[in-house]
Amino acid sequence: MRLVNIRPTRRTTALLGAAPLILLVLAYLVASASRHAFNPADKILPTPGAMIAAMRALVIEPDVMTGERLFWSDTFASLERLGLGLAISTLWALIAGLILGLIPLMRATFGALVTTVAVIPPIALLPILFIVFGLGESAKVALIVIGILPLMIRDIAAYVESLPPEQMIKAQTLGASSWQLALRVALPQVMPRLIHAVRLSLGPAWVFLISAEAIASDVGLGYRIFLVRRYLSMEIILPYVAWIALLAIAMDWVLRQISQRGFAWAHGAR
Amino acid sequence: MTAMISLRNIWVEYGDKIVLERVNLDIAERSFVSIVGPSGAGKSTLLRLLLGQEAPSRGQILLDGVPLKPECGPDRGVVFQRYSVFPHLDARHNVLFGLECAAAPLTGRLFGAARRAALEEADAMLAAVGLGDNGHVFPAQMSGGMQQRLAIAQALVKRPRILLLDEPFGALDPGIRGDMHRLITRLWREQALTIAMVTHDIEEAFALATRVLTLDKRRHDPHAPHRFGATAVYDLVLDRRVKAEIEAIRSITIDENDNN
Repeated sequence: MRLVNIRPTRRTTALLGAAPLILLVLAYLVASASRHAFNPADKILPTPGAMIAAMRALVIEPDVMTGERLFWSDTFASLERLGLGLAISTLWALIAGLILGLIPLMRATFGALVTTVAVIPPIALLPILFIVFGLGESAKVALIVIGILPLMIRDIAAYVESLPPEQMIKAQTLGASSWQLALRVALPQVMPRLIHAVRLSLGPAWVFLISAEAIASDVGLGYRIFLVRRYLSMEIILPYVAWIALLAIAMDWVLRQISQRGFAWAHGAR
Repeated sequence: MTAMISLRNIWVEYGDKIVLERVNLDIAERSFVSIVGPSGAGKSTLLRLLLGQEAPSRGQILLDGVPLKPECGPDRGVVFQRYSVFPHLDARHNVLFGLECAAAPLTGRLFGAARRAALEEADAMLAAVGLGDNGHVFPAQMSGGMQQRLAIAQALVKRPRILLLDEPFGALDPGIRGDMHRLITRLWREQALTIAMVTHDIEEAFALATRVLTLDKRRHDPHAPHRFGATAVYDLVLDRRVKAEIEAIRSITIDENDNN
């Protein structure tokens, strides 16, 4: 049988998928143990015990200065920024995408502008954002929005444009106005695509969040990582990175569930 | 019968390419016109003109004596070869769509008693095209024939003055195509429709229509083939006797009673 025709079963898929992750963890444990055997004070590859001890201080015990449990206040601060940035971007991507995709006049007027903004590296705008919005929360949220919104608008607009023209003509012969075309034909069909666009934007959104937090912040997952870097505290950085990965996976999974449950017609339901 | 749609000296030009030239045509109410012709002879262009999707470069199109706006409207229904139904709505709501658009300009949705009445109308139309039991099925779960039935129901629920069909059965299996021929013939009779159908299939054109229109170029310039457009070169009106003979040749009987 040809290699391309061998399809794993569900069980095999799960096992195969877990194998590299398990190997990675094992490799880390072996490397960590061997480094500590050579130098018990090693900071580069901390042992799981050291990680748990360091994280216990952040997760369970309140901070001496603020009285807060730092891990949780970091998490909530970051999720709030990320959630705000994603929510604002999603809403505007939907509105602007529909308008640009449906109305040729609007596309002619604003299409070039969106394309221009989309090619500017958002991090290059970060100083401007700090100058305009100050060092508070708005600058960080604004960076996420500027970072992901133009691409989301372009994706949604392109998708609306690519809806079959036959469908638009048909809707018009059924008496639909421009407004009804947007509301009843384009909007419902664009929703699964919008969720897809959000899922794809999650990665860049995290990048911009961590960047903004690293540069100017006093709380947040990115802030903490960059703060403890000064002390080579890998026992905090590694669990934080794993936690960020876990949060990102959970968000992606939730979005996929929403799309599959809410828009079964778009997932080839049979 | 009086002409419902009149085309007066229609020309369609794209740049210096002439697609249609000097098309004069009257379509009578309750007629079934098939439009045939070689590829590139402007069949679909003619249908787009009737639909209002495009305006002629020269000439005038009158619907019931009034010049046609170059925009699609609910007085002309259409069924394309593909993509004429909304994938995000089930069969019932696909048909309901047209009723809701007219009745609810702002929300595009009906509620309460008005919705129940409209749903009844939609269900009746679905039953008329043989989809009575498939109200809750989404287009992605339907066969090509079912999707075309749905597209027809969707168009007819608006009671259009003319139904335009752009190769509606071209993508279907031969067996299904026969079913669809019986369906459209029955609907045409029962609902007193006026139909214009573009098709590649000459047999289909003769079997269904009361009039077959052939578009082709009358003149041909080998050095500049694009400078002459197509026009109606044959315009055959089929009476009952001719149709019966064609039927005899095809030796396929249309079953009037058991036509799903």
